[in-house]
Amino acid sequence: MTSDVQTAPTGRPDSVQRSIGWRDALRWEGGLVVVLIAVLIFGSAQSSSFLSQSTIFYAGINIGYIALMALPMTFIIMTGEIDLSVASMLGLAGSLMGFLWHHGWGIWPAIIAALVVGALGGALNGVLVAYTALPSIAVTIGTLTLFRGVAQILLGSLTVPGVGDPQFPDSMTKIGTQSIPGGALSYSTVLFLVLALLAGIVLHATPFGRALHAIGLQPEAASFSGVRVAWVKFCLFVVSGLICAVAGVLLTLQNASVSYTAGTGLELNVVAIVLFGGVSIFGGKGTIFGVLLSVIIFGALQMILTQTHVEAEKQLVITGLLLLISVIVANGRELLSRVRSRLAVGGGSR
Amino acid sequence: MQFTVSKRSRNLRLVTAATAVAALVTVAGCSSQSAGGGSSDTGKATASGGAAKKGLTVYFIPKDTQNPYEVLADKGGQKALKELGGKVVVSSGTTDTAAAQIPSVQAAIQAKADAIVIAANDPKALCPSLNQAAKAGIKILSFDSDINCGNSPQHLFINQADTKTIGTTEVDLLAKEINSTGQIAILSAAQSATNQNAWIGYMKQQLKKYPKMKLVTTVYGNDDPATSLNVLKGLISAYPHLKGIISPTTVGISSAAQYLSTHKNVKIALTGLGLPSQMRAYVKDGTVQKFALWDPSKLGYLAGYAAAALASGTATMKTGATFKAGTLGSYKVLAPAGDVGPSVVLGPPTVFDKSNIDNYKF
Repeated sequence: MTSDVQTAPTGRPDSVQRSIGWRDALRWEGGLVVVLIAVLIFGSAQSSSFLSQSTIFYAGINIGYIALMALPMTFIIMTGEIDLSVASMLGLAGSLMGFLWHHGWGIWPAIIAALVVGALGGALNGVLVAYTALPSIAVTIGTLTLFRGVAQILLGSLTVPGVGDPQFPDSMTKIGTQSIPGGALSYSTVLFLVLALLAGIVLHATPFGRALHAIGLQPEAASFSGVRVAWVKFCLFVVSGLICAVAGVLLTLQNASVSYTAGTGLELNVVAIVLFGGVSIFGGKGTIFGVLLSVIIFGALQMILTQTHVEAEKQLVITGLLLLISVIVANGRELLSRVRSRLAVGGGSR
Repeated sequence: MQFTVSKRSRNLRLVTAATAVAALVTVAGCSSQSAGGGSSDTGKATASGGAAKKGLTVYFIPKDTQNPYEVLADKGGQKALKELGGKVVVSSGTTDTAAAQIPSVQAAIQAKADAIVIAANDPKALCPSLNQAAKAGIKILSFDSDINCGNSPQHLFINQADTKTIGTTEVDLLAKEINSTGQIAILSAAQSATNQNAWIGYMKQQLKKYPKMKLVTTVYGNDDPATSLNVLKGLISAYPHLKGIISPTTVGISSAAQYLSTHKNVKIALTGLGLPSQMRAYVKDGTVQKFALWDPSKLGYLAGYAAAALASGTATMKTGATFKAGTLGSYKVLAPAGDVGPSVVLGPPTVFDKSNIDNYKF
């Protein structure tokens, strides 16, 4: 699967005919709606505490900051690239914020510095991917390790606030324990919904969004028709770094603390959410609405599995299977045509 | 890279719904004070050390659900609650992160649990969630690895052994094996783990007594066998004159012992904290001479009784408060000291070697 990711944009002359693939996309999201309803019914039948405001709040706390990172990831996967450094960027931004706080910086300067480093880290990815044509999977595996390493150097065994440090301001850490005034939603949920709306508009109603589709489907053609492919990709990685830093700040405030391990391993969750949302791993296809549904399904599923005491090992199997099915079904036709062209016989399984 | 594709896999294991009648008999048999109270099943707080309420639900939230040490501790907790006519829910993730534990805390709140016993993966990140739980009336206890939340929430730390003694014991064991001379290293768990860092702090203090022993580095295996093995190999190649390794974690020491037992040309003394069941073969083949630990199931058992006593109102977190812990006898709450709030100590660590290892089954 991985080798397809890095070379995705090339060698698919037939995909242009299917172009944007709205019908496929809508069919997939229809399926997601059905899955979501099934999950909700299952949840309320299995767990007495599922249908409650606290479930909505907790789910937002648990998945909100992860969902944020899924938005730029959607854009990046749309163009046939991938960013595996997202969770490490989150960890680095949070660690830097903690490091500066530990050294007496104010909360806002520390947050702004974290966001700047997020954008710079994203720019590093962007330059390497867009202007040196290195495969993004290789580049971002490198920065995945690099960013986490720097975070570990910054904080080491220290958890901030440590001994003698002031606590983070209550007015900000309350986002980890209180919902927004007059509602059950967490602050992270609201931030995600706002940014998701914005991302939806950009992706589906602007020339920039159309350029993203075009790059994913046919980078050469996009380039000939005036799309600055490298620049667009560069921008996407910068935005990804920035949003991951936002997620890092958010998580730090939610937990009222940070250590260098923050967010370890979440890159796979982010990719899983995006793919389950129907975004093609080959690029060029996907909607923000699908990703939104995917976020809600994953969030709800996690609450149900926890509330009903399903073993962690089994939860791994369940979510892994869901991901696998989503990739196979969402890319079924594409896979099928590839298998056909390679074997010159019909691929048996659908 | 671990391929945990999961959504932060939180894992919840519902274990043992207790049989109250059998449990009551057991309790009466163990604790002389409640021997006459077989009929007082309403759970009223009688005198200090009175009967615990029945039907209590205690959430045990281990670091993860696969660490054999944590599994044994959880079983001890289940045994305690079974004796008391309550139940334990074991809930955590498969990775040692705070993010994997927070949903379990939330589930405990939603299930209106009576107490939470947590082995924290992070000293601070769990504080906001645990504080919410405390506000919802749930008693908070920590064991194995403490939380560091100040007074929010108030919590009782069930300490496996005096933190200082654990650190000094391991250094003394290693010093004896290498004639107090040469380079040594520490193979720890996660760099942010509270208990590990506290022990390592005391190890460094104790090392001042051995001027010829030089601690060259501390490496972190994150309580993952593969990672532990990797950092161990790096350690050996970076320090060819290394004489000894202390690994104060059961995953680290067993991974290191496995490597050393199959690489006899590498002459490095190994000690630390290990499970007798995992270390038996390596002690018998001479890879490891001595190591230490306490019985994790007794730690869980003590935590279970402490949780029940707090939830029943028969004990408090005040210094000097006492409670009965089944077959282990009576325990007293110790005064806060330094970073550690009110705590209860299980007892001194046991040192294992060829002569006694067959006596321990955990």
